[in-house]
Amino acid sequence: MRHILALSTMLSAFWLVNSGHYKPLLLFFMVVSVLLVVGLCHALDVVDGESQPLNLTFTIPAYWLWLIWQVVISNIDVARRVWMGVDSISPQVIMVTADQKSDLGIVIYANSITLTPGTVSIDLEGNQISVHALTEQSAADLLTGEMNRRVCRVER
Amino acid sequence: MVAMILDIGSWILLLTGSFFCLTGGLGLLRFPDFFTRIHAASLTDTLGASLILIGLMLQVDSWLTFVKLMLILLFSLLAGTTASHAIARAALKSGLRPLTAAKLAQQRGESSSKPS
Amino acid sequence: MFAATSLALLVVMGLALARAFGGPTLYDRILAVNNFGTKTVLLIAVMDFLGGRPAFLDIAIVYALINFIAIIGVLRFFEYSTRKDVEED
Repeated sequence: MRHILALSTMLSAFWLVNSGHYKPLLLFFMVVSVLLVVGLCHALDVVDGESQPLNLTFTIPAYWLWLIWQVVISNIDVARRVWMGVDSISPQVIMVTADQKSDLGIVIYANSITLTPGTVSIDLEGNQISVHALTEQSAADLLTGEMNRRVCRVER
Repeated sequence: MVAMILDIGSWILLLTGSFFCLTGGLGLLRFPDFFTRIHAASLTDTLGASLILIGLMLQVDSWLTFVKLMLILLFSLLAGTTASHAIARAALKSGLRPLTAAKLAQQRGESSSKPS
Repeated sequence: MFAATSLALLVVMGLALARAFGGPTLYDRILAVNNFGTKTVLLIAVMDFLGGRPAFLDIAIVYALINFIAIIGVLRFFEYSTRKDVEED
């Protein structure tokens, strides 16, 4: 029930923002289409804690702030390597283990790895993530496991 | 006064964003193999796009435009990572192997681990 | 200032096109086209402000959605059409 309510609120907000008109007729259309979409999602059985991770609401903003900072740092590093040329990079493939308990946590971890320039997750089997790293430095940063620990903390 | 500060801030953001986009485009041409080029592409997708969109956000005159720019930003971050991962995985599955050979392998001795 | 930004974006799109035409592998081309698409979204947004009155941001959102779906669709297509060759190797 919580998840259906959250989904309806999200969809209504999305409609209101994209439409920008608040006449009764258009609001009626909004209600109809939101009901239709929520009904379809309910029939598909995709309205659950995985598509609406409400339990992460309060833990994830702090992680986002940290992630944005990491993205900025690694962006500057990769930009420097582009200007310095091919000699400055040392591409390699490493394996990292995701310690998250749920599939959602592993997905958050793998996506965070990809979002940070310099590291891209290229394969995922069980909880083993293959990561292509641009430099030895970025691989070493990932292998310290700080991002892994922080995602674990978000999940709790 | 406030308007001028906002203007200057947004100019700086737009210029830095353009610089990161140009760097990414250059990296797309310069880097030696496909898997390294992904890194250059993600450079333009993350900070380049974010800085330009945030720069535009400082120039808006209605909150509706602001929220729409925000939506574009969120979606491009989400879709960018998913697309990068999908392309890299498809390339790996089709038999393309990351470049660790040639002179780069000579420095290292051997590649650290082979993906299955 | 918006003009300078859109000029930079056009240059980046040119670079991405060069990679799309010259890319040695199929996946280089897909990556370049994806990059071209995301830059188009940015270009639409910036051109909007260049015109003075933002009106096409909806089109930018729709373009971003279509670009993503298209890339995933193309990847799916080639995944199924090349798998056979790879297994024969």
